[in-house]
Amino acid sequence: MSLTTDAMTLSLFIGAAVGISAGYLGSLMVLEKMALVGDALSHVALPGLALGILFNFDPFLGAFAFLFGSAVLIWYVGRVTKLSFETIVGAVFTLALAIGIVIIPQPDLLEALFGDISKVTLVDTVTAVIISTVAIVLTRVIYKKLVLGMISEELAISKGVNVAKINLLYLLLVSLVVAVGIKIVGTLLVGFLVIVPAASAKNLSSDMVRYSILSAVFGAISSCAGVLLSGLFESPTGPGPFVVFSGIIIFAATIVAKWKMR
Amino acid sequence: MSAPGNVDDYILKVSNLGVKLQNQVILDNISFKLKKGTALAILGPNAAGKTVLFRTLLNLVPHTGKIEWAEKVKIGYVPQNIAVDDIPISVKEFLSINRDLDVESSLGPVRLDHGDVGGKSLGVLSGGQLRRVLIAWALADNPNVLLFDEPTTGVDMDSEEPIYLMLDDLKRKNKITILLITHDIHIVREYSDYLLAINKCTTFFGESKEIMKPSVQRIIYGETVCAGAPKDKG
Repeated sequence: MSLTTDAMTLSLFIGAAVGISAGYLGSLMVLEKMALVGDALSHVALPGLALGILFNFDPFLGAFAFLFGSAVLIWYVGRVTKLSFETIVGAVFTLALAIGIVIIPQPDLLEALFGDISKVTLVDTVTAVIISTVAIVLTRVIYKKLVLGMISEELAISKGVNVAKINLLYLLLVSLVVAVGIKIVGTLLVGFLVIVPAASAKNLSSDMVRYSILSAVFGAISSCAGVLLSGLFESPTGPGPFVVFSGIIIFAATIVAKWKMR
Repeated sequence: MSAPGNVDDYILKVSNLGVKLQNQVILDNISFKLKKGTALAILGPNAAGKTVLFRTLLNLVPHTGKIEWAEKVKIGYVPQNIAVDDIPISVKEFLSINRDLDVESSLGPVRLDHGDVGGKSLGVLSGGQLRRVLIAWALADNPNVLLFDEPTTGVDMDSEEPIYLMLDDLKRKNKITILLITHDIHIVREYSDYLLAINKCTTFFGESKEIMKPSVQRIIYGETVCAGAPKDKG
């Protein structure tokens, strides 16, 4: 996959936007012990992508729609049944994955699973940057309330925080970021950007400010390095695997750093 | 069942309070009144519904009966358990959640040094320090009522007494009404004015000195089964 300089530049912009937003929002996912929710949620996009390809509309609109619908469904079933998000997501994502793989045309499967930056346009880039910025700003507004809810739901409610509502808003924002991230790393690997940069940041943090900033920075580095390496090696699989390799190197480095700090 | 005093002195009146969760009776027919600036100790065996009572007083649980707080009541709440081990949040950040706060002055009343603990992660504090930070959190909004769910959970024995002395001080100097859940009879006798013993459907409310009465001891340590309800662990 040979990239023009323009496509590479645009992909780097998307990569940075997705990496920063996924890292920032993921920092809460990891604390909430919902890391696998972020991962599994990404697979829910597959049937939406498939419908877009089959019926000739923008596949990412389909992905958005499925992610939003699933986030609301997961939140609602969780409230009613008191089952953990991870349990419900486990059921929803495997169903979505099964449907998606059955209906998505074979030639497009690889692109959907691992991402493709060769067809990135200026509109894609601007959309990704705007959506990522909105997700970060809104998450920043509810960040402390979400953290208080994690520390003690009773404490949060006694302070007038509507924990159920902000959890739903947060899930919807994660869905947005995941949908944008699919372009770069694909449905199979976008969950990585939600989990691993945050896990790396946690290794080096004792306060929330440092933790959330490091998580966003590690997300951006992993994502941009993945795009660059994918272009450099003209990889047929897209940047997804290289994003993972870069992120894992950072994760390993933070484990060593934490071990040395002891 | 009420503590003596002028009606206007009461900050909380509870009458015929009942809570049913998942078809099981957790609390039944609880009534008591509490005067401003007093301390109420709540005792009972495990799973007697003590924490549920607090949650109900905070209006977090559906209930029957009446809970009447005095006007302009401001409640500070210290839960028994909070999840901090896994969350990289500093003392300063925690105390500032949801409000602008002078962290240094909020740690003073709980006898913690800002320079010593302000930048530390909550997860690395000792049990005693963590409880004090939680009390500072509860005090930060200048409450006139404090609800403490087992104030000395996870605290070593040497640090327990100072925490209760501090609470007693708050009660006397700031005229704060304190409700605390405890298992310690010594604490009830030394630091509380009134006692509410609950065991599902059986309750006792009276002065703390009555704690040694056999009938009260039976409520605190005995087994009770609510009439018409399945026996449960509430």
